Amino acid sequence: MTKKFRLVHYINQFYAGIGGEDKADVKPFAKDGVVGPGMAFKNALGDDSEIVGTVVCGDTYFNENLESAQKEVLAMIKQYEPDLVIAGPAFNAGRYGMACGAVATEVMAQLHIPAVTGMYEENPGLDMYRKDAYIVATRNSAIGMRKAVPVMAKLALKLLHGEEVSPDADHYFVRHRKNFTAEKRGSARAVDMLVKKLKGEDFKTEYPMPAFDNVEPAPALKDLSKAKIALVTSGGIVPKGNPDHIESSSASKYGSYDISDVKTLTEETYETAHGGYDPAYANENPNRVLPLDVIRDAQAAGEIGSLHDHFYATVGNGTSVANAKKYASEIAEKLRADGVDAVILTST
Amino acid sequence: MKLVVGKINIKAVVLDDEEKIEGSTLHINKQNIIDLVLADDRLADCDIEIAKPGDSTRITPVKDVIEPRCKVDSESGIFPGVINKVNLVGSGRTHVLKGCGVMTVGKIVGFQEGIVDMQGPGAELTPFSKLIEICLKLKPKDGLDPHQYEEAARLAGLKSADYIGKLGEKVEPDEVETFETLPLLEQIGKYPHLPKVGYVYMLQSQGLLHDSYVYGADAKHLVPTTMYPTEMMDGAIISGNCVSACDKNTTYHHLNNPVISDLYKQHGKEINFVGVIITNETVYLQDKVRSSDFVAKLAEYMGLDGVIISQEGFGNPDTDLIMNCKKIEEKGIKTVVVTDEYAGRDGASQSLADADKRADAAVTGGNANEVITLPKLDKVIGQLDYVDDIAGGFDGSLREDGTIKVEIQAITGATNELGFNKMSAQEV
Repeated sequence: MTKKFRLVHYINQFYAGIGGEDKADVKPFAKDGVVGPGMAFKNALGDDSEIVGTVVCGDTYFNENLESAQKEVLAMIKQYEPDLVIAGPAFNAGRYGMACGAVATEVMAQLHIPAVTGMYEENPGLDMYRKDAYIVATRNSAIGMRKAVPVMAKLALKLLHGEEVSPDADHYFVRHRKNFTAEKRGSARAVDMLVKKLKGEDFKTEYPMPAFDNVEPAPALKDLSKAKIALVTSGGIVPKGNPDHIESSSASKYGSYDISDVKTLTEETYETAHGGYDPAYANENPNRVLPLDVIRDAQAAGEIGSLHDHFYATVGNGTSVANAKKYASEIAEKLRADGVDAVILTST
Repeated sequence: MKLVVGKINIKAVVLDDEEKIEGSTLHINKQNIIDLVLADDRLADCDIEIAKPGDSTRITPVKDVIEPRCKVDSESGIFPGVINKVNLVGSGRTHVLKGCGVMTVGKIVGFQEGIVDMQGPGAELTPFSKLIEICLKLKPKDGLDPHQYEEAARLAGLKSADYIGKLGEKVEPDEVETFETLPLLEQIGKYPHLPKVGYVYMLQSQGLLHDSYVYGADAKHLVPTTMYPTEMMDGAIISGNCVSACDKNTTYHHLNNPVISDLYKQHGKEINFVGVIITNETVYLQDKVRSSDFVAKLAEYMGLDGVIISQEGFGNPDTDLIMNCKKIEEKGIKTVVVTDEYAGRDGASQSLADADKRADAAVTGGNANEVITLPKLDKVIGQLDYVDDIAGGFDGSLREDGTIKVEIQAITGATNELGFNKMSAQEV
């Protein structure tokens, strides 16, 4: 008989039969063989694989000691030398979902083996960990166990055998997008798609459009003369020499620069790092993108209360929406902490 | 309009005294081309190097690639309104030197010139690694304004391709293909039972190094109009832009527009390809609204049943793409859009800067943010000192061992939005 694939199962204190919320601070431990729902997986997985061990950890312990708990759990999993790890499923249990997602992600990143878990679509662990882990869609409570197990087991087996998997065919949430070489060039695929669409036949778009996030404008300030204003730009204005090396496209960071002693931006002192537009005019007079000169005039005239002593800048060019959101929320937090009332946000 | 295209297969390019095409070998006189280029006094220096498919050669920063072509027995020339008289083109006979390209290389203008590797993993991502590249290494005069330099470099490439292309005028082509689109009513009458299909061709025209030209006219000042598909094959549209290298349409792409050629392949079979609507990608909302309204109006006016819409660039032009798609679909005309993606290096972000549920049929040229490591190659045509700064590069892209880690955004033509390549992206 050929060698069996070795699997490890990760579960929480509840599914290990230790107890509910009152036992959620249980420290991680490992036990050989199956525990709790592991039996159902064992049956669904069949003969060519074996759950060699189960690692259990209390949800409170895991989430409150995230870094150390993650390390402990991973070390326990590693000692079994597994080929794949199954975590959960967590259904709609938030902290269990966070733990399953973290375990699955770390297993894939550090042990370089696949990991499969399962969650309900509203589990907060999904958004946090979906981009790497294979997270199968489940119902919102343990009633869904009977249906989730065979789907997760089937996906696990495919991954163990190195077979191709997809979110559609294998019922897991889309992880991320990846380039591949299609059979025909794009223009021929477009013509084929159009012919099908014209005939009313089924066709499959290569990029399903996401629901778009629109932001309602905030209410207007009542008294500008008392307001503290900040300047923020995605137009790439940085001190000359771009000290933080913000990329000309696909920025991986933003910068914050002290302008408390700066009256106006000049060609000698500032420039743009942005690669999405002709830099000549912005470099010649950086106030064209970050309007420090006119805001200083407004300040002198008493039209605004004060100007925040730092400005924030990044490059909007080719920067992913996810990164832009991340930078924006960090910048907004800092501005709020500094008592800023309003922002002049310039783009290009 | 009916155009006969004769293809002359070029399998070798040699620098020689004599200029001719013999068999499948193109002989060019280096000095004659240099003299032609340096007739523009904005350029201080020009040198020519040949790069072949499979060579251990990296070319960067690449500005444009142009296929040598010529009109045969005609008053007109290619690239009308730019380097030849502004005669209407797209009919008669055109000879094409297949398998080679003129590539303009030299000190960077903006941030957005690309890398072309002739070998290795980078070569697989660009169609230009499959051509014998006649590289014009250009040097501007000291202190030349960047816009003047961009124009001088652009014209140098076009003039050289025109000059080299003329060597093919009297040569018997290896293959001849005929393309024909009739005036609208006649064309509709020819295949009355087939769906009437058009092509909405979006041209980068945000200005400031983001321009395209139509018969020499700056595309940002155009209102959308219709063209015969064959006009593009004679260089009616040229590139004048430095958007990110991966999804800018070089002049080579405009001459060999794959949407046009693949629509022609189904012409008279599954569809009736009745014509092209060209439009721009502008920066002001009023212009975007006007242009997309006109595109939808023209599509309706032509009685179209379906269109393919292609994009150039990303971010801001995503809004033009979605406005065009939405307004055309609202007329009851079916659309397929061709775009590419900026889904982040991990591929987990939203891919476009705009979206609409009516854009339910999309083809993608891939995620431009994916990262690739390019091996060190033996020879560099151009210069590597801009690699960290070009769009797609980052601090430390050019590494000490000579390898380069960049987003594929930096590779010329990698995620082309005319659907020139086989690459796509999928959910995994």
